[in-house]
This record gives sequence, C-alpha cells and structure tokens, in this order.
Amino acid sequence: MMRFSTLLKYPADWMAGEDKGVGVVLTSRVRLARNLRDEPFPGWATKERRVAILERLKPEVESLPEMKEGFSQELDALTSLQKQVLVERHLISREQAARGEGSAAVVNRKQALSIMVNEEDHLRMQAIRPGLNFAEAYGLVSGADLQLEAALDFAFDHELGYLSACPTNLGTGMRASAMLHLPGLVLSDQIGQVLQAVAKLQLAVRGFFGEGTESLGNLFQISNQSTLGESEETIMRRLERVIEQVATHEVNARQKLLEDDPDMVNDRVGRAYGNLRHAYVIASKEALNLLSLLRLGAEMEFFPTATVEVCDALLMEIQPAHLQLHAGRKLSPEERDAIRAEIIRSRLQSLEPPVMSRQQEGRTENERPEKLDDL
Amino acid sequence: MQCDFCKNKATVFLKQLVDGEMKKMRLCEDCAREKGVTDPTAFSLADTLLGDGDLEEAGKIIGGPDDGGLICPVCGFSFSKFQQVGRLGCSECYGTFRDEIQKRLESMHKGVVHVGRVPEGLLEAHERQQRLEQLRGRLEQAIAAENYEEAAGLRDEIQEIEGSAATQP
Repeated sequence: MMRFSTLLKYPADWMAGEDKGVGVVLTSRVRLARNLRDEPFPGWATKERRVAILERLKPEVESLPEMKEGFSQELDALTSLQKQVLVERHLISREQAARGEGSAAVVNRKQALSIMVNEEDHLRMQAIRPGLNFAEAYGLVSGADLQLEAALDFAFDHELGYLSACPTNLGTGMRASAMLHLPGLVLSDQIGQVLQAVAKLQLAVRGFFGEGTESLGNLFQISNQSTLGESEETIMRRLERVIEQVATHEVNARQKLLEDDPDMVNDRVGRAYGNLRHAYVIASKEALNLLSLLRLGAEMEFFPTATVEVCDALLMEIQPAHLQLHAGRKLSPEERDAIRAEIIRSRLQSLEPPVMSRQQEGRTENERPEKLDDL
Repeated sequence: MQCDFCKNKATVFLKQLVDGEMKKMRLCEDCAREKGVTDPTAFSLADTLLGDGDLEEAGKIIGGPDDGGLICPVCGFSFSKFQQVGRLGCSECYGTFRDEIQKRLESMHKGVVHVGRVPEGLLEAHERQQRLEQLRGRLEQAIAAENYEEAAGLRDEIQEIEGSAATQP
C-alpha cells in the first residue's frame, strides 16, 4: 500500500475527462454505508474502541483485489492541507477530514473507489465514474461490499435493512449522486424552477461541495434522499431518469439562448475567455464562474472540444488546497489568487479566441460581401 | 464545591445543553486533565469522560441524573442524546428505541420496510421472515372475514415455518 503523498501527485481517472457523454453530467457517485454488528458507531465509540475497529477493518479493506497497489493512510498521519486536497477531490468527506485518531481512508489506484473507515459509519464505500453512469459506480462499490461481507458481520435488520449511525441512511445505506453543469438553466433564469421540481421528487439538490454549500461555477449535485423502502436499482433508475430530464432541459435552454439572444451568449463567453486569458489576480469564485462559461462555449463549439477537459482539470487545480500543494507551501489568500491566475493563463495559453455562434457567423458572412462591394 | 468524580475541590465546570435543558458537571483539575475535558480536539463527550467501559454510567451523567428516557443496555446511549445529535450509539439502539425511530421513518423515506440487497448469509432467514409477515397479514384478513378454514391452514403454515426456524442451529 502506498501513502497519500504519491496519490496527491496524480489526478483521478474520472478527472482526466475520458469517455464523457453529453457533457452536462460531469460525474456519478455511489456510496454505501456499512457497520459492524457488535461495535458502537464511530461517533459514540471511545477512542480505544475506534482504534480497535480500525485495526480490524483496515487490513480487510486493504486486501480487496480492487485495492491492489492502492493508497492507504490513517487520517491523523495527514497534514490538514493533505486532508483538504482529498476533500476537494471528493475522496474523503469534510466530516472525516475533521477526524483524527482511529480513522483511515483507503483509495484504489485509479482513485475511482475510496473506502473511509470510521467516518460517521464504520465503513463508507464510494465509487466515482465520469458522466452519467450509476451502474458502473454501483458495480464497483457493491463488488467491494460483497467481498467485505464474506469476512465481516454487518449490522442488518430484516425490516430496517443495513443499520447506520443516522436513520436517514437505513435500508440500502446507498446514496447515489451526480454532478451537473447547468449554465444554460442559470443564464435563462430557469434554474430555480427546475431545482424546485427536483426537490419535490424527494431528491436532494446541493452546491459543488455537498451539504450546505452554495452553488459555484453553475455546478449542482442531485442525489437520492430516501434509502429505505426501495431497492438500489429502483433508486438509481428513478434518479437517472430525473437527471436525464434535467440534462434535456439544460440542452434546450442552451439552444434557446443561442436562438433568442446570441449576443448575450457571445458576450458572456467572450468576456470569460478574455478575463481568464489575461487575469493576474483571480478569486476562486470568479474563476469557477468564468470557467463554467468557457466550458459552455466549448460545448457550443466556440472552442475546440478538448477545451472541456482543460476546464474540468482546472476546476480541481484551482481549489485552495490543490493550489498550495502545487506551490509546495502554505499561501495567503492574495498569493493564491495570483497563482490561480498564473495556472489558468498557462493552461489556456494556446487557446484561440472563440469562433462565435453560427447565427452571428451567418450575419457576418452576409454582411461581408456588402462591405467588400463598398470598398 | 466537590468534584463529581473524587472529593477534591472542583475548578472545572462543564455545561451542556441536553434536550433543551442545561446539564452541569463539576470536575477538579486532576480529573479534568485525566479525562481530557480541557482538550478542544476531543472526539465525543462520552469518550473524554469515562474512557472504555462504564458507558451506561457515561450515558447517565451526560443525559443527567434525572433523564427519565430510555438508555440502550448495550452501549449506554440515551434517547435524549439521539434527539440532540440525530445519530445512534450502536446497531442495538435500533432495537431499544424501535418505536420512537419507527415514527420518524415515514417522513424520511419512501417506505418503512427494507427492499433491496441482503447480506448473503442472511438471505434465507430474510426470505423466511418476509414470508412469515406475509402469512400473518393474510391470517389477520382471514380472521376478520371469518374465514376460519383458511385461517386454520395459514396458522399451521406459520407454525411450521416458525418450528423449522427453531430447530435450525
């Protein structure tokens, strides 16, 4: 098993932006909560018990075939900066980052499967895949679940299903969530309406970094709230249908924006390009919002399609902890804003100015001969 | 004022809001240090106070001496603590506080009975349990409809399943 210092140097496979679908759904995540029958939950266990639970669980998790050549570390051996990087990468939760002795994380080579020991539950197993793909994420995480179940006695009740520290996770113990990029719905002021409709279906909508965070960069997370009373497949199918619908609304909103108000779209994308290419000081929030517009531009073919991947990689690179990891030292907020701008400029160095929306193009083409005649 | 743990003079005073009511604890400097009460990075109150074992005692102290609520006999977690933090102490707490938790499930989830994956080792027992519940439901209906012949048949079937479970190792 390798230490996290190695892991942090490489991006996760789902960050590299391969095999992406529509582009509206960035990633799909599935996590399972499991607990040992005969031990108190981590939040109530004494430190001695937690350490004993960790010593029992860690070797089992590390010996999973999927964890071969993976990374494993106890949380108290990490600096707060390293923990923050893992949180920004969604490999551990904020809650776990706050924990010390008796807590560990094990991550596979591709950083697609991560298993937290002694977070809120004894085991929190999570898989992340690019695009809208709950089936693959669930396959990965339930494979680990099956193998661990053969060696461990999980707390299970015939009526309540898998028993978890918090009753909101009873039953399947499964939370599936997708990260969506919805600039079209935000620009056309339809986002509130769409998110309200989603919330009515008993699904949760959150900002970029989970519970209680505001939306940044037009990114939204949609996940199931109910875990009891429906099978894993039913939950995922229902969620996937809703997400597909939201994605369709987003695509239509973009289409309509281009038809109704191409100047506004061109202006937003053009300004985002200009600012990102030439900024020397840029705060995280501004950068995320401009990158969202650049990504939108790339998906509207104003830029080469590979620009989408550059944006997705930057999304992670410009987070505060990733910046400090890059710089190799702690940075003041002012220094961060300068280094953030520097990284963005260097990544976008060779990006040509946008070729604007077709309607606009058509108009210029029509105008051009007249102008030539004038000459 | 005396320390709650020994007879020394108490100098550390701990207050915690439990279920809307302020609970107080008095400790002397030595006991406070020994129990890590002054350590801001402490994990949980029960942890710092009594270490391993004696969890029931910890539950009583944290819940306050006049906590009339339920306490899990396995881990010492009190129901008032659940109302405060929304988490439970151990998997056995679900048995102890079953009725109270059951009431809250309907607003939280789509259903109140688990559907989906079952640990492989429990699959047979789980299916038997579900079959029994189904039969008991039908039995109640048959009795209500005064269909005693069917009810007798169902009763025998239930007893047979229950009997086979009892004889299993």
